[in-house]
Amino acid sequence: MRKIGADIFVDALVKEGVEYIFGIPGAVIIPLFDKLLDSPVKLVLTRHEQGAGHAADGYARASGKVGVCIATSGPGATNLVTAIATANFDSVPIVAITGQVRTPLIGNDAFQEADMTGITRTITKHNFLVKDVCDLPRVLKEAFHIARTGRPGPVLVDLPMDVSLGQCDLDYPDTVNLPGYKPNYKGNDRQIKLAAEAINASKRPVLYVGGGVIISESAPEVFELATKASIPVTTTLLGLGAFPETHPLALKMLGMHGTAYANYAVTESDLVIAVGARFDDRVTGRLDAFAPEAKVIHIDIDPTSISKNIRVDIPVVGDAKGSLQALLPLVRQATHPEWLEKIDNWKKQHPLVYKPCGLKPQYVVEQIYEATKGEAVITTEVGQNQMWAAQWFKYSRPRQFISSGGLGTMGFGLPAAIGAQFARPDAVVFDIAGDGSIQMNIQELATAVKYKLPVNIAILNNGFLGMVRQWQELFYRKRYSGTILGDANPDFVKVAEAYGADGIRVTTRDEVRPAIERAIASPRPVILDFAVESEENVFPMVPAGEAINKMMGGMA
Amino acid sequence: MTKIGADIFIDALVKEGVEYLFGIPGGVVIPLFDRLYESPIKLILTRHEQGAGHAADGYARASGRVGTCLVTSGPGATNLVTAIATANFDSVPMVAFTGQVKTPLIGNDAFQEADITGITRTITKHNYLVKDVCDLPRVIKEAFHIARTGRPGPVLVDLPVDVSLAQCSLEYPDEVCLPGYKPNYKGNERQIRLAADAINASSRPILYVGGGVIISESAPEVFALATKANIPVTTTLLGLGAFPETHPLSLKMLGMHGTAYANYAVTDSDLIIAVGARFDDRVTGRIDAFAPGAKIIHIDIDPTSISKNIRVDIPVVGDAKGILQALVSMVEPAAHTEWLEKTARWKREHPLCYKPGGLKPQYVIEQIDEATKGQAIITTEVGQNQMWAAQWFKYTRPRHFISSGGLGTMGFGFPAAIGAQFARPDAVVFDIAGDGSIQMNIQELATAVKYKLPVNIAILNNGFLGMVRQWQELFYKKRYSGTVLGDSNPDFVKLAEAYGADGIRVTTPEEVRPALEKAIASPRPVVLDFAVEPEENVFPMVPAGEAINKMMGGMA
Amino acid sequence: MRHVISVTVENKPGVLAHISSLFAARGYSIDSLAVGETEDPATSRMTIVTHGDDQIIEQITKQLRKLISTLKVQDLGETEFIERDLVIVKVNAATGKRGEIIEIAQIFRGNIIDVGQKDLVVELSGQENKIQAFIDLLRPYGIKELARTGSIAMARGAK
Repeated sequence: MRKIGADIFVDALVKEGVEYIFGIPGAVIIPLFDKLLDSPVKLVLTRHEQGAGHAADGYARASGKVGVCIATSGPGATNLVTAIATANFDSVPIVAITGQVRTPLIGNDAFQEADMTGITRTITKHNFLVKDVCDLPRVLKEAFHIARTGRPGPVLVDLPMDVSLGQCDLDYPDTVNLPGYKPNYKGNDRQIKLAAEAINASKRPVLYVGGGVIISESAPEVFELATKASIPVTTTLLGLGAFPETHPLALKMLGMHGTAYANYAVTESDLVIAVGARFDDRVTGRLDAFAPEAKVIHIDIDPTSISKNIRVDIPVVGDAKGSLQALLPLVRQATHPEWLEKIDNWKKQHPLVYKPCGLKPQYVVEQIYEATKGEAVITTEVGQNQMWAAQWFKYSRPRQFISSGGLGTMGFGLPAAIGAQFARPDAVVFDIAGDGSIQMNIQELATAVKYKLPVNIAILNNGFLGMVRQWQELFYRKRYSGTILGDANPDFVKVAEAYGADGIRVTTRDEVRPAIERAIASPRPVILDFAVESEENVFPMVPAGEAINKMMGGMA
Repeated sequence: MTKIGADIFIDALVKEGVEYLFGIPGGVVIPLFDRLYESPIKLILTRHEQGAGHAADGYARASGRVGTCLVTSGPGATNLVTAIATANFDSVPMVAFTGQVKTPLIGNDAFQEADITGITRTITKHNYLVKDVCDLPRVIKEAFHIARTGRPGPVLVDLPVDVSLAQCSLEYPDEVCLPGYKPNYKGNERQIRLAADAINASSRPILYVGGGVIISESAPEVFALATKANIPVTTTLLGLGAFPETHPLSLKMLGMHGTAYANYAVTDSDLIIAVGARFDDRVTGRIDAFAPGAKIIHIDIDPTSISKNIRVDIPVVGDAKGILQALVSMVEPAAHTEWLEKTARWKREHPLCYKPGGLKPQYVIEQIDEATKGQAIITTEVGQNQMWAAQWFKYTRPRHFISSGGLGTMGFGFPAAIGAQFARPDAVVFDIAGDGSIQMNIQELATAVKYKLPVNIAILNNGFLGMVRQWQELFYKKRYSGTVLGDSNPDFVKLAEAYGADGIRVTTPEEVRPALEKAIASPRPVVLDFAVEPEENVFPMVPAGEAINKMMGGMA
Repeated sequence: MRHVISVTVENKPGVLAHISSLFAARGYSIDSLAVGETEDPATSRMTIVTHGDDQIIEQITKQLRKLISTLKVQDLGETEFIERDLVIVKVNAATGKRGEIIEIAQIFRGNIIDVGQKDLVVELSGQENKIQAFIDLLRPYGIKELARTGSIAMARGAK
């Protein structure tokens, strides 16, 4: 049956099981929006395309499904760039549809034209410009396939208006044929055997677990490996929730703002078992001082991650789940009493701490943990709020912590919370924000109100761009250049009310818990404005370029 | 004397006469911000990097000087993309500085890394990644030179943190040496002669004037040419103000939402004298029906603009000012009585009009014109608000109408108004906005409040993404998919108050003028929320792909 | 260390841009790049000459493989391979010097492909070092113009 491009597009979304599409219309995508009106795919209208992109991302991270967003040509498309780059860095499966001017006008500087495939070349997993409507079914099929397989990532499909209106009678294909794309799923048996031998021979092993474990749904396998061989587990920021932090083997997060005990354990270990992690500079600190005595096993689906930053002794390229399943029977039970005792001592001697006086941001995060019994889905902005959210909430499940790790995008948390709430309508969702970050996509309050989403926004309001201020305090003699916000911040409670959301101001410790309870009970979006200590720092902290066991501050 | 990169950067800005630097700090630009602390350059801290970029753009358009902005790596840089693309399309001189991760980490997917030179390759006039601090003086010199000369445009300089901290003793150069960059300033004399002959021979000439006239400061020459030979003048959107719209020879704007008389005159003319305009698709409509009986003279500094969309008979490549000066002296005075009578009749028979009754957006703009005696600087968002602002205010001077023409960026107007107010502290500045557009950079209310800027925001609030809604009404049977905002718009008056600005709601025509007077008198930023007729349309309108004399609506 | 990398890609618009952006974004250098169709018109072969330490070369080949449109990536340094570069040189050839230049060209098995009043155009193919030696020998006569293709290469023996 002959269909126009816009119908092919909507049919493809339905076939791919897309529930929600986040976006904003514009001239060249009116045909697509028109067809969406009668389709089962629910359009979520945001107030800035960046919000649409991050919401699709949050939806994908919370659900494990592909997030989909749509924007018009030109500024609509360029407004997606930060969101696409954010998803790319953190391996989030997204399909971004951008409108494009009519094909005869492409390259002519037509109204609202931007070369999106060029602009996003290095920040997408792949991208397509569709010039013939009969390519559209194949391209959309490939886009979803590429986005969700292998190391997932964003795929952009640029769709000129005349293609949306052009006719073709090809059906949506059942299979893809991509000769150049063969993600490797199965780890090499020999390498897995070598890894098992190294684990069995190790006296001081550490599991270093990243976002890849969550993406590949292999948290149960990590749990089994850790408990079978008594291996302590530390996670990256994106790995939070891959291993229950309430478990005695948990070392919580490592790296620049990780726990002292995780950093000590890695430094003294004789074997680092990295799974779905990429030895990012914020994790390793000074490279030549990172785990100096350890052999390194690296299990990752992306061969380019291996031996990129650090020499790897036993690489295993493949899907983490399958590789771990193959590894488990080869690993012997072990108890490592001496090693675990050493770690316990570090935990006792160097716990995460803060001085309990005044209204502390750490306390707020702890109370969110307690009030939600550790069940909340937490999204974060970037900066101090992100690190406190990582340190002071105990994550016990995958997809519970949603944060921009690699690109470090301020303004991510609120739209991501909106996406997460669509993915998990019954969950309590908290965006842990700073007063700087929250302003970057504050317009999405209207979206939360429009769709009656009970998202909660906890602003740790210190009146500064706090993380930069902290660096200025520690390394630039408190010369606070460009970091003072408090002189002109809005009244966030009134902002919430202006949007038709609830606003609650909290200025003392005692008010924290009741305010959180009220927010959880409210069926509306809620802004909690916590007037926290303005110059509180995130500790411990490994200064940039230092070894990770050389931490400053924050230790008892 | 040996200096670090950050000092070289500050010294360069001072030497280039930079007054204001718009931006937001982040990890890798802390050294630059630190040096700003005691420099004469005023840092304007915005709340989203997109706001910083558009503010630098608005400053440049209002002042004719180079606008500058400074942001951090990764998301800071990608957040600038839309602003850079906006400036690029409209030939706005801008230098954007972005921080970058340390050079050894580049390409390694380090924290907050983005390949911003790759991303912006097609949306900048030129860009640089500085890898050696001793290149920095030369690069900054070249960046400013390229941004402001020839056809101006944005230049991006990507500055790794180790370069900002490294030392070099090179001085800021006095000259640039760019063998591949030679903007052609002087028009070819023979071509100018041919142009003069054509003008002298023409009986129905028309001047079609674009933003290039404003950029090259050649409005006086256009005026001299028009009045000497009695040539009616029509302008593009970006050309508004290049010729006084109060003058009898003025035909106001042409194109998709231009006046009927401008479009008729162009269609009927025997000679088009295009100056600093590029025959954009929104101006020409159906190309083969555009000015079918006319010879075309095209004066432009950019050779690629010539004969790109339309065949040109007499191209003159060079700076408009010099060429027009030469041309004025060769052109003979002429009366064109018959032709002017004809255009005068079209003006009488087909004026711009709207049906009075209720609170009309057109009326609001007429009142802004009257209340400010035509002296206001108008910035706009994009959509219906932009077109009404173009149609209903009479522009008489260059740099009084500031709008995103080529990229058509919603969210441009408000930060651009902030930039314009810095450039022209004594001017009355109005951002004419829609309720959709204003939400896209609403966070910059905090910036306006912080710097005590008396900018006025006139929201023509119709509860829709109005222009898309208009298309849906006219061409898609009123199927309003994704364009309904009114169900969840914020209360803009309360929102203004939450930010510490003034808010005024206007619901009847009688309240319009007093509200405007109040806003103009206020020393604070003011949000005027005009509850206009929700389904008012912009007319006349040339449907996409039609000839420009085939207009619908809006004619008496 | 110099490496010659052979990349077989789908013959589609945008693929060259993808590969050159990858090199630019990650700071890898391209010493030369030659592109052309293969025996199969649906694919192109790119021969990229680059340099870097082992870790960089490993990353380059892995990153290239990761691109969706690349079919095969081969670091030819790991095998026996054949490599050719083509140069055409327009060199000053005053009457007295013509013989010398033709002689040099013959020694290198080059061809004279154009003869002007005051110059000769010589074409030569071979490995990079041979081409370089040839250019160095011609330099004293005065090279007026020079164009090179950059290396093209393939592995020896069975495919």
